[in-house]
Amino acid sequence: MRLELGNILIKDVQFGEKTKVDNGILFVNKEEIISLVREDDNFISVEVELARPGESIRITPVKDVIEPRVKVEGPGGIFPGFMSKVDTVGSGRTHVLKGAAVVTTGKVVGFQEGIIDMTGPGADYTPFSQLNNVVLVCEPKDGLKQHDHERALRMAGLKVAVYLGEAGRNVTPNEVNVYESLPLLKSIEKYPNLPKVAYVQMLQSQGLLHDTYVYGVDAKQTLSTLINPTDIMDGAIISGNCVSACDKNTTYHHLNNPIVHDLFEKHGKEINFVGMIITNENVYLADKERSSNWAANLAEYIGVDGVVISQEGFGNPDTDLIMNCVKIEKKGIKTVIVTDEYAGRDGASQSLADADPLADAVVTGGNANEVIELPPMDKIIGYTEPVNSIAGGFDGSLRENGSIVVELQAITGATNELGFNKLSAKGF
Amino acid sequence: MSKLRVVHYINQFFAGIGGEEKADHKPEVREGVVGPGMEFNKNFGDDAEIVATIICGDSYFNENLEEAKAEVIEMIKKYNPDMFIAGPAFNAGRYGVACGTITDAVQSELGIPVLTGMYEENPGADMFKKSVYIISTKNNAAGMRKAVKVMAPFAIKLAKGEEIGSPEKEGYFSRGIRKNFFAEKRGSARAVDMLIKKLKGEDFTTEFPMPNFDRVEPNPAVKDISKAKVAVVTSGGIVPKGNPDHIESSSASKYGKYDIDGVMDLTEETYETAHGGYDPVYANEDSDRVLPVDVLRDLEKEGKIGELHRYFYTTTGNGTAVASSKAYAAEYAKELVDDGVEAVILTST
Repeated sequence: MRLELGNILIKDVQFGEKTKVDNGILFVNKEEIISLVREDDNFISVEVELARPGESIRITPVKDVIEPRVKVEGPGGIFPGFMSKVDTVGSGRTHVLKGAAVVTTGKVVGFQEGIIDMTGPGADYTPFSQLNNVVLVCEPKDGLKQHDHERALRMAGLKVAVYLGEAGRNVTPNEVNVYESLPLLKSIEKYPNLPKVAYVQMLQSQGLLHDTYVYGVDAKQTLSTLINPTDIMDGAIISGNCVSACDKNTTYHHLNNPIVHDLFEKHGKEINFVGMIITNENVYLADKERSSNWAANLAEYIGVDGVVISQEGFGNPDTDLIMNCVKIEKKGIKTVIVTDEYAGRDGASQSLADADPLADAVVTGGNANEVIELPPMDKIIGYTEPVNSIAGGFDGSLRENGSIVVELQAITGATNELGFNKLSAKGF
Repeated sequence: MSKLRVVHYINQFFAGIGGEEKADHKPEVREGVVGPGMEFNKNFGDDAEIVATIICGDSYFNENLEEAKAEVIEMIKKYNPDMFIAGPAFNAGRYGVACGTITDAVQSELGIPVLTGMYEENPGADMFKKSVYIISTKNNAAGMRKAVKVMAPFAIKLAKGEEIGSPEKEGYFSRGIRKNFFAEKRGSARAVDMLIKKLKGEDFTTEFPMPNFDRVEPNPAVKDISKAKVAVVTSGGIVPKGNPDHIESSSASKYGKYDIDGVMDLTEETYETAHGGYDPVYANEDSDRVLPVDVLRDLEKEGKIGELHRYFYTTTGNGTAVASSKAYAAEYAKELVDDGVEAVILTST
């Protein structure tokens, strides 16, 4: 599988009569976006707002962030199983509006939606402050059930991302990167002297608004399996997840999975990146045992020397993380795990709900309980009232002057467990 | 600027009074430096000086904990110091525990910065590294000069309230306090780099050292529980009403052993909890909720268990160091075995 990823660098976003990319500026036709989202009569009103890096804007409660992409060559389309048929993606050529994103907000869906500040101290913690965001403020009709609301908002985001992605179809990208993975045996033949490495991605699947989808399938109903790493660059994995904002993987994170990119970076030089295993994080013990057994068995079967394992969420999934790590280590395969911490506001409590001496190589996205003060912003997109009740917020988080005191937990992507950020923590 | 005033605590051995035979030496204070204090003064230069040295025997301190603590604190107070240093204790266990205990007490009662030093396997290190700064030293006094060379400037830093660096940089045992920072590379790149090092067998540093979860494999099932002598042990703090042995509500320094011969039911009038870490109302109303004596008596009558052991053991788990819990269990587990107990029900809260 060989995928060319053409990045069209977007340095600004503006409203315009026609949705197009012109000289690095993404112009969007507001009315077309509104009528696209309003196709779903679960929404009674839709607003489109723009938020650019450095502007005094706060977006909250953020549900998902999605990067616009378009498939220009090769089988299938972006977001297979949702916006396209389930043809296998991950080969040919895909164009990316790099530097732009669709952000979905509106009435809060779960308790755990996040904050994106486009400037100030909060902006340092969320990667999305660096993007030119097209924000959809979607208001659901009265009485819409949470699960239906989640699905409607998820689909709205995907639809608009695909719509915007189309604008990049005939634009010449500023850069093209090639990602290629060979069939397992050929890959081993090609680099016989390099250590064979796989990536084990744990997908949030606790249910009750904590879900992830693979080619349209709900991940909690899947067995651990192999997936081509380039498939996810075409949107094979998407977020349906309202878990704590700081360590949920938005669809943007999945499309740009940094572990996949950094493994490709070293591929053929220091390691042989031979494949990717996806496994879920269900809540029942039997599911945890089964899924981690299969993940470990697959790692053994493909014969790798080492794996990077990433987590999504915290607490309950810490047990899946440690099971995966321990079972894979016991197969004689070396592991590095990527997680984040809940060490209390003072940093003095136990960071993870589970631990094992075999987990001797850990990368942390930081302590999500650390408290931050976010100064008032000139403009709010969405509503700030929910910050008192979202995860990481507390009664009194929102102050009269519009400033907010919250744990990093409430900031979208702050302690990401795919290692998307530079944030880390150390012991003092 | 005048020199910072430091009071130094050492044991009878480092004061040159004697070894084990003098370990019952009562606390005394001497003006100026004694023993290792000289090395400290040398390293302090013009920044600080030891104004007094307190000497106490290790046995005396550990066997008369409360009195010894109070006496030593009174002595320190008189000198109105800016800083208190104990040890270093290297691998001397009781000395290490004394150094940890007294620095912890001085820090909380006098509110001045404190510092001690010891070897990583000294039990005092595990017990106190979370509450006070402990510099990591070698396991014997041959490491004195090296230890003081690290401790002296670090003490000055603490006394001046300067910013404290990471444990690796400063040489203290990590207190387990996690602080965020922005690394040079993103997490995924750090993970891939770490994996490459691990695959090559090179040294790598985990960003989160796993806490040592002491997992115990369960024993095989009791063959015939209907013949077995069963005991109950709790960390839920259940004690006879009035807490006769004064088991602490938090960070217990002891455990209790109580006779329940003929006791059929733990009532509000006869038992209560000493535990300060949970809402005690329900445990005080009916202590069987934590220590199920009533139902075990039923099972005994019904012949489902052989018998209920005559004694129960109890302490409060609340904030009690793992090292202390282990020490208590090692003692009473031996008694339980000697008494022919074949099964124990451990209850927590």
